[in-house]
Amino acid sequence: MTGLTDLGIAAIRKGVVDGEFSATEVATAFNAAVAEAQVALNAFIVTTPEKALEAAAKVDADRAAGKPLGTMAGVPIGMKDLFATHGVQTTAASKILEGFKPQYESTVSQKLWDAGAGMLGKLNLDQFAMGSSNETSAFGNVVSPWRRPNDTAPLAPGGSSGGSSTAVSARLAPAATGTDTGGSIRQPAAFTGISGIKPTYGRCSRWGVVAFASSLDQAGPMARDVTDCAIMLEAMAGFDPKDSTSLNLPVPEWTANLSGDMKGKKVGIPREYRLDGIDPDVAKTWDDGIAWLKDAGAEIVDISLPHTKYALPTYYIIAPAEASSNLARYDGVRYGLRDLPDGAGLQDMYAATRAAGFGPEVKRRIMIGTYVLSAGFYDAYYTQAQKVRALIARDFTEAFKLVDVILAPTAPSSAFALGEKSADPLEMYLNDVFSVPASLAGLPAMSVPAGLDRLGLPLGLQVIGKAFDEQGVLNASLALEQRAQFTARPAKWW
Amino acid sequence: MSEYRIQGDTGEWEVVVGLEVHAQITTNAKLFSGAATAFGAEPNTQVSLVDAAMPGMLPVPNRECIRQAVRTGMAINAQINKWSRFDRKNYFYADLPQGYQISQLYHPIVGEGAIEIQLDDKDPDTKKTIGVERIHVEQDAGKLMHDQHPTMSYVDLNRSGVALMEIVSRPDMTSPAEAGAYLSKLRTILRFVGSCDGNMDQGSMRADVNVSVRKPGGELGTRTETKNVNSVRFVMAVVEQEAKRQVALIEDGGKVVQETRLYDPDRNETRSMRSKEDAHDYRYFPDPDLLPLELDDAFLEECRASLPELPDAKRQRYETALGLSAYNASVLTAEVETARWFELLLAETAAKANKPEADVAKQAANWLISELFGALNKLGKSLETSPISPAAGAELLALVADSTISGSIAKQVLEKMLETGDGAGVIVERDGLKQTTDTGAIEAAIDTILANNADKVEQYKSGKEALFGFFVGQTMKAMQGKANPQMINDLLKKKLA
Repeated sequence: MTGLTDLGIAAIRKGVVDGEFSATEVATAFNAAVAEAQVALNAFIVTTPEKALEAAAKVDADRAAGKPLGTMAGVPIGMKDLFATHGVQTTAASKILEGFKPQYESTVSQKLWDAGAGMLGKLNLDQFAMGSSNETSAFGNVVSPWRRPNDTAPLAPGGSSGGSSTAVSARLAPAATGTDTGGSIRQPAAFTGISGIKPTYGRCSRWGVVAFASSLDQAGPMARDVTDCAIMLEAMAGFDPKDSTSLNLPVPEWTANLSGDMKGKKVGIPREYRLDGIDPDVAKTWDDGIAWLKDAGAEIVDISLPHTKYALPTYYIIAPAEASSNLARYDGVRYGLRDLPDGAGLQDMYAATRAAGFGPEVKRRIMIGTYVLSAGFYDAYYTQAQKVRALIARDFTEAFKLVDVILAPTAPSSAFALGEKSADPLEMYLNDVFSVPASLAGLPAMSVPAGLDRLGLPLGLQVIGKAFDEQGVLNASLALEQRAQFTARPAKWW
Repeated sequence: MSEYRIQGDTGEWEVVVGLEVHAQITTNAKLFSGAATAFGAEPNTQVSLVDAAMPGMLPVPNRECIRQAVRTGMAINAQINKWSRFDRKNYFYADLPQGYQISQLYHPIVGEGAIEIQLDDKDPDTKKTIGVERIHVEQDAGKLMHDQHPTMSYVDLNRSGVALMEIVSRPDMTSPAEAGAYLSKLRTILRFVGSCDGNMDQGSMRADVNVSVRKPGGELGTRTETKNVNSVRFVMAVVEQEAKRQVALIEDGGKVVQETRLYDPDRNETRSMRSKEDAHDYRYFPDPDLLPLELDDAFLEECRASLPELPDAKRQRYETALGLSAYNASVLTAEVETARWFELLLAETAAKANKPEADVAKQAANWLISELFGALNKLGKSLETSPISPAAGAELLALVADSTISGSIAKQVLEKMLETGDGAGVIVERDGLKQTTDTGAIEAAIDTILANNADKVEQYKSGKEALFGFFVGQTMKAMQGKANPQMINDLLKKKLA
């Protein structure tokens, strides 16, 4: 049965449909893999083997009854613990929501269940999706299945979707949901040698997803390859009248239209992303990617995204500003943690609850956000950041007059060791330097594994597309995937 | 028009007033959640996941709330902003589940408009235009209940997320009477439009009263804001008390501080709630969960087309087309229910008399104002709870118009209608109240009266003509009120000639 956990979405569904194996067998195999890895990798906050089996049993029964099977039929997945799941604890990896069991199901997770997927469990993440290494989780950090040669130092799985990246990379799940606010799907995908796409802002409903920064948050799939991402994204996306920012557009047939042929396509290489002191392995991988896309028939065009250097500071004003307001609801009044010291009044309860419930990174961002929105600083920070955000979006609009997609590295380095950067928030924030601009512009962007660096750790390449052009992003990513021939996987040590 | 002045030790002072009125939008559903909005429901039964700010919940604007705000703006001839936006007003309180109120600070849906007030219905010179700076829509908060437990407070979220319009006036009012008239007029307009029920005792409408004082024509003084005042009378009292307090304070060498105050109706005074120093920093910013609100022409056209005739236009029409007095026209248009009732009564009356409405309008208006209002008042009822319908009223008026009964009998009939709920015709028939047009009977009565009062007849004939009324009265009394007054007049004149 161990062979089953090597399969991805398309292969599992095909096997189940063809009767090669049952959905129950698949769920059982992944449940076992999850259980075996839990202590060492800590990828899940809660596991729900019964949910995976229940969904599988339904698929098997439907198949036996000759009913049509969904696009995710028989595929057990990991659900990032930012998605509200009915009756199953939903924490955003924060103590403040420990024990919270929603009486509702997020739109995205519901769509996946409706497509025949089952839930292996709720995946660990950086607390409220704030972090790039999973070290801000209140439930212990996730450990990457990857290791440096002859070194047992635990490595970061990336963040914030670190439970997702580890689960997919370590074969604990064929796929997982992620969310991406400034790179939280792409950077962990790059760190662990898997694929992940953040679609255009508004493609996936945010209803039922614990909010970090509303104008940036976007759900997306993380999976073994581009095709699996396309299948899963199709299942997740779609207009939702319960989300005012949801795109009222039909979901394209991305999977059916997948093609790695780049003839006639122009690929932009943004000169501002070639930073001084760029990691030579990252630079080489990028050059490989350029060569692969040329090989696929694309024309390579040098482009300029002049406001790139302002993206990180802009992001670290806007995201905390929105977060400071979005997280005000965790006040101990209605749900989650309540810390009510003896004789405490309302203000004391707020202070005690939030002091005990939020981790340091969350508090830091709430304070930054509160500061940049406060009277006297609002114009200098928030208003200015919104203006720069518009300029960054305009950079992309101008660039996309010249090219179809943009190719860039996903992250400035391969996975770092846990603890290596957690002491310095600014150094940690720099991890998002290549991923944040597309987030600010609301554009679809994908990371695909491209090779290994000198330490034998995966590096990702990022494809950024025009708004609504997930197809262009997926196709260019497929062209890279076909040529990168990335087959490396972590040696099992857990 | 006399100016309102406060007499201080240092001379006269003028008061300057602006009102921010919160009006609950009449809809079945809340501004962003679709939850119900029934008043007086059991605590926490009108609450959706959005209203309780559960994790991951998102607001979706309720089209009807937006529509009502736009219609209200149109009713005060205000600029309608086709592009507006929602902002978050951030503060912590237990009745505010999101930790912010969704409001519109930077780009309200309705811009500049105006409301005309008239302090004296009979004096057009007392007209004044009060500017409205803006109307924006926002969410209401929930309610804390402090009487449920000895040491804990409970939260009722039924009101959480209910749609409010905040209607902000210019500081154009300079007396308690003007402030009262403005609030009354605004309430009338909202009720005509149907965008707010105006029930101030249920909290559907409440005002924040901004008051400052200055030497007449001088620089504006520092203002205070008295929050949540919930009646016209209290608003007037706040203006009066607050102006007096400020004048006394300044003349004592003190300074008015910008602060929030509360009104205590039992002691008729305002009290400081919090000063500007500990005012919140609300950290307003555009709500990233909501797209800007863009209104298209078709929507605006639908809003405009659905507006009813508004109080000012109606009042004008009552005066010019129906020939009513300014006073009557004003009374009949002060409440949407009154105007509705009057127009039904008028239509029925005109139909029964087979005459144009203008010909019977005065009769109908006079009866409604001087007879029905008084009679209902005695019973502690209003038009809304009136036991008789406009059609029943028209039936009574028709009996007077065709001389079946006299005006004085009509009063008795009305009382019986209110008592029994029976129709006027039935009562007149059953109680034998029909006017007598039997000349013989009236003549016989007159003869007896003239014979019994020979001295008065003598005085009348020698020029004391005022006695004519006495004879009419005596005759009517003898006829038990049922004689046709015109006939009595004619016959008396003949006999006394």
